[in-house]
Amino acid sequence: MTTTNPILTIANLSVSVRGEEGSREVVSNLSLTLERGETLCIAGESGSGKSMTALAIMQLLPQPAARISAGTIRLADTELTTLDERRMRRIRGDRIAMIFQEPMTSLNPVLSIGRQLTESIEAHTSLTPAQARQRAIEALKAVRISEAESRLKQFPHELSGGMRQRVMIAMALALEPDVLIADEPTTALDVTVQGEVLELLRDLQQKHGTSVILITHDMGVVAEMADRVIIMRHGSMVEEGKTSDIFAHPQADYTRELLAAVPRIGKRRDPDSALAPSPSLRSARLTSPPGERSSSTFAPVSFAQRKEEELAVASTSSSPPRGEGGPQGRMRGPSAEHSTPVAMVKDLHVRFDLRGGVFGRVTRRVHAVEGVSFSIAPNETLALVGESGCGKSTTAKALAGLVPYSGDIVVGGRNLSGLGRDERKAVRRDVQMIFQDPFASLDPRMRVGDLVAEPLVIHGIASKEERRERVAALFDRVGLSSDQMELYPHEFSGGQRQRVCIARALALRPKLIIADESVSALDVSVQARVLDLLKELQREFGVAYLFISHDMAVVENISDRVAVMYLGQIVEMGSRDQVFSNPRHPYTKRLIEAVPVPDPARRRNRFDRLDQEIPSATRRIGEAPLKLALSDVGDGHLVATEG
Amino acid sequence: MIAYLGRRLIQSLLILLGVSLITFALLYLLPADPVRQIAGRSATPQTVENIRQQLGLDQPFVVQYWHYLVKLVGGDLGRSYIQRSEVTELIVSRLPASLLLMVGAILCELLIGLSMGLIAAVKRGTATDQTLMVASFVGVSAPQFVVGLLLLYVFAVRLSWFPIGGYGTWRHLVLPSLTMGILGAGWYARMMRSSMIDVLRQDYVRTARAKGLARGAIIFRHALPNAILPVIAMIGIDIGIFMGGIVVVESVFGWPGIGQLAWQAIQRVDIPIIMGVTLVSAFAIVLGNLLADIIAPFIDPRIKLR
Repeated sequence: MTTTNPILTIANLSVSVRGEEGSREVVSNLSLTLERGETLCIAGESGSGKSMTALAIMQLLPQPAARISAGTIRLADTELTTLDERRMRRIRGDRIAMIFQEPMTSLNPVLSIGRQLTESIEAHTSLTPAQARQRAIEALKAVRISEAESRLKQFPHELSGGMRQRVMIAMALALEPDVLIADEPTTALDVTVQGEVLELLRDLQQKHGTSVILITHDMGVVAEMADRVIIMRHGSMVEEGKTSDIFAHPQADYTRELLAAVPRIGKRRDPDSALAPSPSLRSARLTSPPGERSSSTFAPVSFAQRKEEELAVASTSSSPPRGEGGPQGRMRGPSAEHSTPVAMVKDLHVRFDLRGGVFGRVTRRVHAVEGVSFSIAPNETLALVGESGCGKSTTAKALAGLVPYSGDIVVGGRNLSGLGRDERKAVRRDVQMIFQDPFASLDPRMRVGDLVAEPLVIHGIASKEERRERVAALFDRVGLSSDQMELYPHEFSGGQRQRVCIARALALRPKLIIADESVSALDVSVQARVLDLLKELQREFGVAYLFISHDMAVVENISDRVAVMYLGQIVEMGSRDQVFSNPRHPYTKRLIEAVPVPDPARRRNRFDRLDQEIPSATRRIGEAPLKLALSDVGDGHLVATEG
Repeated sequence: MIAYLGRRLIQSLLILLGVSLITFALLYLLPADPVRQIAGRSATPQTVENIRQQLGLDQPFVVQYWHYLVKLVGGDLGRSYIQRSEVTELIVSRLPASLLLMVGAILCELLIGLSMGLIAAVKRGTATDQTLMVASFVGVSAPQFVVGLLLLYVFAVRLSWFPIGGYGTWRHLVLPSLTMGILGAGWYARMMRSSMIDVLRQDYVRTARAKGLARGAIIFRHALPNAILPVIAMIGIDIGIFMGGIVVVESVFGWPGIGQLAWQAIQRVDIPIIMGVTLVSAFAIVLGNLLADIIAPFIDPRIKLR
């Protein structure tokens, strides 16, 4: 690595976006250099300007709103900001290539993989179509795609997310560019696939000596990949340095906060599990953290309101009294059988039929959930983890009554299948959901106050006045002010919206809340605060959570017990410590290993890779999947054994 | 694919059955009396009654409809009351002219509409865009008889580029096709524009740009096939609108197609012809939709017929 002649130099770059209220700088006065063969990470939370920087280098800023308002970008000796479009086009894809976040939408659905690969090769070289095809096959082989030749004929929808991202990488690296910009290349992928893709990127980079700019919000990925790091916030560079230095001795406050907010496996970031601070203290702590604009409106909860809320809850719920129930429940773990479970699922099956043939007969079946059983005690958090397609969300939907199922679901001691329509509705009040995407799960045309009150209206609870009071109390409780009830969802940040969703879920005072990837879409610092809020509410109301996530670090942070799902079945279940400290099933081990560790000193040399897809849960009729039997390996730690 | 076609065929037959029932019922409920039209004003009540019996129009509705259906299955659309010839023959002799007009009109609206929409989307927000959208709005809102007469006046009467009316050469075809096509072109221009704007915002277009592809390749190879999909589904529906327009346009230009036939029949309550033309039109619409659905998978590999 030479330090004399950087491949890319950005000096005093500013990017401004024209909006309705005049123009606004999204990147201000940014300077950086990228050495040859180096991996530079640009890290930051949403809105930090990291993607805009990447697009500015590519001269692909969204037109006509965004433009470079000042500064220079030099690729070796070429100034890019003043280059005309025709010459810039020759640089794009040839000397600077880019990989985007969303592999599902970044490939053209109507063109074959082969066409999309060869067209960029043909655009930048004088190779014949046959030679370009050969180059494309080599590129696919380089990203370890099997049967490269026949893949050329396939279309993007026939490939999984991980495969598509590999095709994107193949496309970007086919012409051996000097600089590769990867914008959140693994954010949309499952952890095990993420591990493989990161390792692939590192391998290819070492082989070709490509300089890489890796944009990410994930400090684990930074620790894993970067030689140097730039931390950005609100469009400006906060800190820059060697990866090991930044992690060991962060200089800026923001960097320290960012690193502190990162959930880590094995180091449970949960200061309040030992002793619970007073609510006002906690709220005060919540007002200070950065990132979420809303926090200034976060009023400490008054004692009067709190008492009222608690009394109201106590009168409708049969859960143990909160005051003492909280911390105690935390430690209880798996030995909670003496109390009646809030919900019990026994031998749950969910299958979807796929029809085909002349008469639309069922030819194949998706075995989404196959014989899943678990129970959740009051005040307990059961985490359901696994990768996309493992059936964890379907299990949650069955529990919430959103998909037809077979098997038994018992809520509050009553088996749902034996109940009539109205009774079932009444029982379902005890089960509420919080979804993944706070942007999509709130009706944009309703005021948030009405959204939170809606469950009460649906179930015909309380008069209009009482509802208003209750909603106001809920708003206070989740850290929003009651003045904000009149606003619409778009006026809130992502974290605030998720708080609205939590308030909505709490409105009926459920015994069980299903949180389906509820913090996955949030920035780490916001995520940490939402997790804290969830824990606090649990202590206070004794509510149980079914917490569904793909993020092992988050799961370790919040759960009492963990169930690992794979292809519709539970392969391992036990207390948090059992599963994380002593994982028995190979898939659980793999899941835990795959998480990038936010510590450059513990960088893994090699991720044990599979280079194959997780098998599909779709089967022909009559080919039922092999049923796994769970056996106890001690203290209620259940592990699947084949057969 | 064969299973799919089979199912669609059964669906189509059911649709045609429904159309025949509704049209038959509407004509039955019509206050105008076809027998009066045939017999003329001076006919005695006895003559009128005889004709009524002869045509079977004295029977109850269900019986009349049943007789019609039985003959229909044998391919017999009945005899015209007024023209004294088989409806099937009348329609067959006039259908080629109408089909020719329809093909001409579809070509016009696709060529004009799609290119207008494409240009407007690429030049979004500019004066070109606004001009094209105003033009498309005029195209959508102008009544066809007005457009027809205007085109006739300018291009046939003043400039003498095309004949005023009639049928025979390609030059006869231009003005009626344009008249029919302008309405659809306006629709297509607007659809194509919004569809194209949507596609140009997609991630894969950004990928194509990041690859360093030329503008033409991005628009025609990456954006256009994606943008044209919703438009193709429209063509099937469009044929229905054509069938309405054909009655007006064929009258304005003296085009000897089934539209003119229908127009004459409607004026004289010639029920067998009205029924026949309606069924043929319904068949054309069903066929058009089927064709649009069959073409779609060739453009978008994600669509599977099942």
